[in-house]
Amino acid sequence: MSFKNWLYALSAAAALTLPAVHGAQAQEESIYVPLFTYRTGPFAGSGTPIANGMHDYLTLLNERDGGIGGVKLVVEECETGYDTKKGLECYESVKPKKPVIVNPWSTGITLPLIPKAAVDKIPVLSMAYGLSASAKGDTFPWIFNPPATYWDGFTQILQYIATQEGGGIDKLKGKKIGYIYLDASFGREPLPLIEQLSKELGFEAKLYPVAAADMQNQSSQWLSVRRDKPDYMILYGWGALNATAVKEAVKTNYPMEKFISIWWPSEDDAKGAGDGAKGFKTLNWHAVGADFPLLADIQKHVVDAGKSQVSSKDKVGQVLYNRGIYNSMLIAEAIRKAQEITGKKAVTGEDVRRGLEGLNIDEARLKEIGLEGFTGAVKLSCADHNGHFSTFVQSWNGTTYEKVSDYIAPMSDKVGPLLDADAKAYAEKNAPWPARAEACDAS
Amino acid sequence: MFYRETGQFKQSYAADQAVFPILQDRLGLAVILLVAFVAVPLFGNEFLLASVMVPFLILSLGAIGLNILVGYTGLLSLGSAAFMGVGAYSAYKLSTIFPGVNILVWILCSGFFAAGIGVLFGLPSLRIKGFYLAVATLAAQFFLQWCFVRISWLYNDNPSGAIEVPARTLFGLAITGPSATPVTRYLVVLVIVAVMTLLASNIVHGRIGRTWMAVRDMDIAAQLMGIRLLPAKLLAFAVSSFYCGVSGALMVFLWLGAAEPSAFDIKLSFLLLFMVIIGGLGSMIGSFFGAALIHILPIVIRMLPEALGLPIAAATVEHLTYLIVGALIIFFLIVEPHGLARLWQIAKQKLRVWPFPY
Repeated sequence: MSFKNWLYALSAAAALTLPAVHGAQAQEESIYVPLFTYRTGPFAGSGTPIANGMHDYLTLLNERDGGIGGVKLVVEECETGYDTKKGLECYESVKPKKPVIVNPWSTGITLPLIPKAAVDKIPVLSMAYGLSASAKGDTFPWIFNPPATYWDGFTQILQYIATQEGGGIDKLKGKKIGYIYLDASFGREPLPLIEQLSKELGFEAKLYPVAAADMQNQSSQWLSVRRDKPDYMILYGWGALNATAVKEAVKTNYPMEKFISIWWPSEDDAKGAGDGAKGFKTLNWHAVGADFPLLADIQKHVVDAGKSQVSSKDKVGQVLYNRGIYNSMLIAEAIRKAQEITGKKAVTGEDVRRGLEGLNIDEARLKEIGLEGFTGAVKLSCADHNGHFSTFVQSWNGTTYEKVSDYIAPMSDKVGPLLDADAKAYAEKNAPWPARAEACDAS
Repeated sequence: MFYRETGQFKQSYAADQAVFPILQDRLGLAVILLVAFVAVPLFGNEFLLASVMVPFLILSLGAIGLNILVGYTGLLSLGSAAFMGVGAYSAYKLSTIFPGVNILVWILCSGFFAAGIGVLFGLPSLRIKGFYLAVATLAAQFFLQWCFVRISWLYNDNPSGAIEVPARTLFGLAITGPSATPVTRYLVVLVIVAVMTLLASNIVHGRIGRTWMAVRDMDIAAQLMGIRLLPAKLLAFAVSSFYCGVSGALMVFLWLGAAEPSAFDIKLSFLLLFMVIIGGLGSMIGSFFGAALIHILPIVIRMLPEALGLPIAAATVEHLTYLIVGALIIFFLIVEPHGLARLWQIAKQKLRVWPFPY
């Protein structure tokens, strides 16, 4: 290619990029809600339904109600690919547009945002992931992680196991419990709790770490499981790790009804293992299925109108789709609460932070939204940004997940001190950590 | 016509051996530095500084480090991300153990730790070459990443398993942590990268660089000429890892703000290798070209549909970016297998004879 052509190509590229720098939207009276999603990359299988759920709920509010409180929502997706660097790039690119809230959907992206949130005045909603200690609103006024932490989830699984054994938590004595987990921050977080509880409650813990690079190759871990014969298995995985774990469990003939996971596996993770996966259990805090007035509205106003990216109608109502719905419900209700507190229509990040602290979604409000019986009531406070709400166990029946237990409350007496110590340690390690300057609305 | 060295006579050996012997090159460099130090901080918005320029400079520094090893000494390495991680983790440990010392001192010191580890994993390079050495450095990548996950002392037993950057200041200005403005961070990174690039350029143009290039072109011949192979190769590993280490520390402290071990995974090693190969093996400016192509081009492509008002979903844009960048990489490698730096050279050559090409 001659040099002249190169020059032409270069100048053309430069001409195209110039307007990009000034491409910010300037709409009056709107609320900007960016959604960090990952429909590409190794975790797309989990990320796509979540993204669809989040997007469809907010689109419904725009289409059906004209936004929240009469103000349109500007919903924009930014693709992170579950990559921390790209996530931060997304954050920087949405920051000038004054987002009222961000949902990183990755612990790796959440961690760098935790100190930034207070400076940039943008609250971070890391729904049941991220830093567990951020439940402490006094230390982390800008971070919210309802409805439960990974530590809460672990104690809920233990209590479920105890009831299966026919009694209280003391029934765990002498039991052998296997823990298979992603060998990264997420899976390693419960380790100190396991160490403490196994001593206090007298069960024997067997650990099976799976490195992130070996998610799809767990045969050695499952050979150890076959040798150790744990009474119960607990799974903390994400993406391909879940699907592989279920498959390997089926292959090793591990009794599926004794295999219990944290809340992240989807239908596809269990479906891939065939009939043998029946009885596989996961925690959850919201219903599965599309049998709710709100989801019917989404079907009508969003999916049928061609405004959704779901590949087929039956995807609406799947576990992770509904998880996205739940996430967007929290966003929408926080914005509504912020409007209520401040009396403003176009609220800012600071207002939404107050809205999140005053969040109070009771049964009556759930009914109004059209999600009666979808989930338990949500109430946060200035001190408690998590809520530590109850979750239930659902079981895979070959086609869908069925709720098989009552709501189980976490063992807050065990988890609480750990959270306190952790929040304190974080503030000390990141000294000078700013003391909470934000006033608390008495709600 | 304008770019011509006619009439520029060298009157000393020093002038003849200068890195930039032609006046126009020196002027060009001055303009680039002026733009980088004055125009970009003055006119760039936060996104340009924080998400485009800072990562670009840090990745360029890493690419220079790898280029010293792969491009100048001919030793193929796949462990550069791990050496970056060593720099990041040692800077983190040092700065939490001695919080009183200025963070920039620790960022530069962390390079020595990376250099030490680099030398250790460079030891086999005397016996093995090419792909086999790549596999040996791959072992470093996996082993070190395993250490970052498993040795909780390295991340101060944080339950999150990640290293979080404490707020640190320089002359009373916050340079790390949440309140550090993008402009400050950019200027700090720019100074470090500019000085280290100058140093690297001097090293590779001097006796040491010539030694490395002799080893690269034919190590037996180099040995016969009296070059001791082991010290030469280990020095290349040390200097290369030093650069990677500083770049890793900068990445965590001035760019990301917090990092999980997965930030230093094999993907980053490959990315740096691509930058070096596409930019140009054995070229300083090539490292910058490579980093620009791999880091800045996807951002530009991602912003295009929005700027042009095309309603394309974010995920589709991402897929398109992969397609376009991938195609461009292949295109560049076919058009010019010696990388963008060679294209730059050809362009300069054409300019010299313009407007009367022969």
